[in-house]
Amino acid sequence: MATVSVCQYHPGGFSFENCKRNALLEADITKLGFSSPAARKTGTTICGVVYKDGVVLGADTRATEGMVVADKNCSKIHYISPNIYCCGAGTAADTEMTTQIISSNLELHALSTGRLPRVATANRMLKQMLFRYQGYIGAALVLGGVDCAGPHLYSIYPHGSTDKLPYVTMGSGSLAAMAVFEDRYRPNMEEEEAKHLVRDAIAAGIFNDLGSGSNIDLCVITKGKVDYLRPHDVANKKGVRTGSYRYKHGTTGVLTKVVIPLNLEVVEESVHTMDTS
Amino acid sequence: MISSQAYGDNGKMKEYHYSGPVEHKFSPYAFNGGTVLAVAGEDFALVASDTRLSEGYSIHSRDSPKCYKLTDTTVIGCSGFHGDCLTLTKIIEARLKMYKHSNNKSMTSGAIAAMLSTILYGRRFFPYYVYNIIGGLDEEGRGAVYSFDPVGSYQRDSYKAGGSASAMLQPLLDNQIGFKNMENVEQLPLTLEKAVQLVKDVFISAAERDVYTGDALKICIITKEGIREELVPLRKD
Repeated sequence: MATVSVCQYHPGGFSFENCKRNALLEADITKLGFSSPAARKTGTTICGVVYKDGVVLGADTRATEGMVVADKNCSKIHYISPNIYCCGAGTAADTEMTTQIISSNLELHALSTGRLPRVATANRMLKQMLFRYQGYIGAALVLGGVDCAGPHLYSIYPHGSTDKLPYVTMGSGSLAAMAVFEDRYRPNMEEEEAKHLVRDAIAAGIFNDLGSGSNIDLCVITKGKVDYLRPHDVANKKGVRTGSYRYKHGTTGVLTKVVIPLNLEVVEESVHTMDTS
Repeated sequence: MISSQAYGDNGKMKEYHYSGPVEHKFSPYAFNGGTVLAVAGEDFALVASDTRLSEGYSIHSRDSPKCYKLTDTTVIGCSGFHGDCLTLTKIIEARLKMYKHSNNKSMTSGAIAAMLSTILYGRRFFPYYVYNIIGGLDEEGRGAVYSFDPVGSYQRDSYKAGGSASAMLQPLLDNQIGFKNMENVEQLPLTLEKAVQLVKDVFISAAERDVYTGDALKICIITKEGIREELVPLRKD
């Protein structure tokens, strides 16, 4: 039976219709002297680790637009299914939409099979979609979850390759995070030790990588339970300003004022009280 | 529009296909980030800078201030390419010594500003990639700020922000110090305490949104008593 899938009809093979069009448009725009709008990237540190009872996923919370912070507290750990979560680095729109598409398709698939979805299934779906777009979808993902075969962790690259490993890092801060993992990772850690390790790896990315910052989000997935800790650690508090910068009424000058009364006729009046019990 | 381009420029596609010999160029410049700010008051001047030195996505140093003391009444803030900042400050210090030895007096702020302009324009066709702001006291003891572009154009201001977060800070200073875009506001002259508080608050805000600004803030306060320094911690992420 063919897999039921939402939003897409793909006859197989590569779908390049938009790539040629985009390339020509880009050339046109450059000829006029403008540059096409840049997609917002997350400039991120994400990581995951497999421990005794499950997986721990971690992410920072900064989204950048060029070298300006666009969102100080964005959520990079995306829901795929009740037992599978996915961290996303790269182009923010790509990670968001890709994980949502695969989440929808997985839910339909789970209803069709009548079973809890497997992490390997989510991995297959993600890599097949990303490969089909030949790297044009800039989504670098860390996929983790627990299914009937135990805990699993995958890293997925924008061109569609995947690695199944006990510990992975992605994003601009991946080298800082991997340095921490390579120092302190052990197989079959306890939950507290695993959470502490992931927290320290993301903190290394936050403090040493300019593309990552703000807080540390954690997601602990075990058999039958998910702890979505957002934020797990507020590593950077907003600086406290000592001055007051509120404007008094009348600071903004009013140049003209036009009042247009709306003459309405009351036809029916009813009052609904809110249940505040 | 598009029809004439059928076999034209590959655009983005050329990233994935070999399209003939590629010219690689060496760039003599790097961008090391950092923000500087100077404010002039009735009888004081402030020069402030953050202390982060970065390149690309990495941090080289969390303790590299961008304010350099030139004389007892003048401080210069330099941001941009750190290599050129160091060389430029060395040249300025040498020229200061030469002036002192031939004229038997220290250079005034205005004189340093005029000299810097000629030094920068001397390299018009291979510029120093540095955004300079000089803060100090003029001959009458009033605060003075001189702001420069990389090739030597300068003017005297009462406040100026330069460097990576300058576009974020300058409008805020225009509003709070220049009272721009406000009506029915009492335009009190700026006191030293208010100016220091404003500079701290403004850098705290810049560190929130600019990735190149952070770690610590160094403020040099120039009064007729001399130059005092204050160090304030900022966000480290």
